[in-house]
Amino acid sequence: MSSTVSPFAPQPAQRRLWQFPGGLHLPDNKLQSTGRPISPAPLPPRLILPLQQHIGAPSELLVKPGEQVLKGQQIARAKGYVSAALHAPTSGRVSAIGPHPVPHPSGLSAPCIHIETDGAEEWAELPPPLPDFEQIEAATLRERIRWAGLVGLGGAAFPSAVKLNPGPDQPIHTLILNGAECEPYITCDDMLMRERADEVIAGARVLLHILGADRCLIGVEDNKPEAIAALRRALQGAGTLPIEVVVIPTLYPSGGEKQLIRVLTGREVPSNSIPAQIGVVCHNVGTAAAAADAVLHGRPLISRVVTLTGAAMAEPQNREVLIGTPADWLIAASGGYRPELARLVLGGPMMGISLHTDGIPLTKGANCLLATSAAESPHPGPALACIRCGACARCCPVSLLPQQLYWFARARDFDRIQDYDLFDCIECGCCAYVCPSQIPLVQYYRFAKTEIWAQEEEKRKADRARRRHEARVARLERLEQERKSRLRKRKEELSEGTAPSSGTAPGAHAKKAAIEAAMRRVAEKKSAEAVAPANTAELTEAQSRKIEAVKARRRGTAQGTEPAPEPAEDGEP
Amino acid sequence: MLTAILTVTALALAFGLLLGYASARFHVEGDPIVAKIDELLPQTQCGQCGFAGCRPYAEAIASGESEINRCAPGGEATILSLADLLGRDPVPMDESLAAKVPSLAVIDEHLCIGCTLCLQACPVDAILGAAKQMHTVIASECTGCELCLPPCPVDCIRMEPIPQEIRTWRWPFPGIAGRDIGVSAAA
Repeated sequence: MSSTVSPFAPQPAQRRLWQFPGGLHLPDNKLQSTGRPISPAPLPPRLILPLQQHIGAPSELLVKPGEQVLKGQQIARAKGYVSAALHAPTSGRVSAIGPHPVPHPSGLSAPCIHIETDGAEEWAELPPPLPDFEQIEAATLRERIRWAGLVGLGGAAFPSAVKLNPGPDQPIHTLILNGAECEPYITCDDMLMRERADEVIAGARVLLHILGADRCLIGVEDNKPEAIAALRRALQGAGTLPIEVVVIPTLYPSGGEKQLIRVLTGREVPSNSIPAQIGVVCHNVGTAAAAADAVLHGRPLISRVVTLTGAAMAEPQNREVLIGTPADWLIAASGGYRPELARLVLGGPMMGISLHTDGIPLTKGANCLLATSAAESPHPGPALACIRCGACARCCPVSLLPQQLYWFARARDFDRIQDYDLFDCIECGCCAYVCPSQIPLVQYYRFAKTEIWAQEEEKRKADRARRRHEARVARLERLEQERKSRLRKRKEELSEGTAPSSGTAPGAHAKKAAIEAAMRRVAEKKSAEAVAPANTAELTEAQSRKIEAVKARRRGTAQGTEPAPEPAEDGEP
Repeated sequence: MLTAILTVTALALAFGLLLGYASARFHVEGDPIVAKIDELLPQTQCGQCGFAGCRPYAEAIASGESEINRCAPGGEATILSLADLLGRDPVPMDESLAAKVPSLAVIDEHLCIGCTLCLQACPVDAILGAAKQMHTVIASECTGCELCLPPCPVDCIRMEPIPQEIRTWRWPFPGIAGRDIGVSAAA
């Protein structure tokens, strides 16, 4: 691994940078929201915490409705390896557990924990701070990060502890901290680096120690000079560390994980694999700061920095927001909307999702609320026919053929589209941005991806049903066979017993004798009953007469009915 | 002349042996096309096609006995993939077969009398129960074939559409409206 590192190490001042294919220069629109420092948002009256705020399995509930919770108390634990824990962002009462709209393009609801805050901000008992983390085993620190419910804060929300455990067969030589923040409008990482550079550096040290990596590169786009200066100051203050702040040219989407790795190391992450395969792990700067918080102060992830911006946001700014804060409440508490509001987007203008409602909670992965005016996000008009200009292919940062993908998605040819590496598409939106025919290309790719997943799921279900059906048919057949063989056996036994030629079998004789004995017993019992009924000892005269009469009648009918069929038979011919 | 005859005979013998060996070595039990067709069917075993399950229908298609448009749960996608596999022209869905929303069978446990008739009807053993014991459907295994509905003497089984979940949600096919399908936010 050291051989791959050596070309970079000697002259960090003139570090060589690489380029990824394509990319776009977009208007920044970042100045609007960097005017004031990060301010903590006031305490909302109600917090809504979706059980799934991360990639992987939903968290498992640990609280019941009506329960009091303390700040930092774990209210849901990770269920399975790829999952994340959830903590109460403040003290209060669990008012309900039930479905609520969550930030998702579908606008659907999902199970959430609703907490009524009490304003006491009373902390739960926290694990001890680990200031001397460099003496502690990586596994212990990883467990701490897992406990803290840490997920990637750049937007994808992948559980960080999983990413920090690449396994013994994948040694990591480089840790990359992603401070590129390439998408227009978003400034939460920029402000975090400016104001909390020390925490970012401390987080880098923690992550370096956990991964056992040789060096850490912090990639920051050159449109954030204040952040770069702050990080460098913090680095100088921290002594000699294998950490370097690397200024990279501003080009969308350099903040994509694979793109940033390409720019900083010149290496490409192979298709269908993860950066750890080439010895690199990439984390967002916000994640690093949160990791420092978890390890150095024992605090779980209960808040994050969120950018409020856009022409329709009255006071664009960055706020430190408790996880689960309702977006509408936060916006109202931060100056509200301007009347020209046209659209509310969660995330940036290129990759964000349009929200159906602002009544959604802000989750761990929510980095930006963008309220745009009609002028800012004009309706592109109806999509026209593709003129095969190739502009999309020129700007694709993954060197895909967006046009081909578009044709196949439109034709629902989901086999061919995978031959053209649909799943390498990072949905950055460059192709749709440059398309002169305003074709919503990314929508087509997203459509194709979810259709393919659904097909795979159906296939799995069909295979399971087939196996179960085959097992059932086999079982029924086996039972039928068993029944038949039983019947055959019995038949053989019977024929052996009754056949006169083979009547000498000793078993047959014994059986016959037993049957005869049983029949004799029954006959004896019957006759005994007929002779002496049990309850005739104390009868009155009238009763005795009645009984006699009944007996006589019975005898009479027995004699009368038995010969009755005979005359009928005789009369027939 | 003799050499030529001998050569040809030797060649014929050699190839004969080779072919004989190959037919024994690569012997295929049953008709492989049936397995391929069966692979494409949704395995609900519902019998709506008029055959006693997916495999019998696959056999009927392979023998040319039935059209490829009789699988209601598979819908158009199955017709297309079958047409693709068999090199036939896609045909529209058989009109007598209405498309259904994907559903699961649910047993009303207050009404169930534990007669086990539905257990015997379920083609994938997705109903759990015993005589005079309440029955229940294993939701993850139910294929929604509706075969358990007719045998129930007390009509305690109903079909419930599978609710839309985030996990199974799919992006809609892009409309012609424009770049973004998102609905404008309510102010």
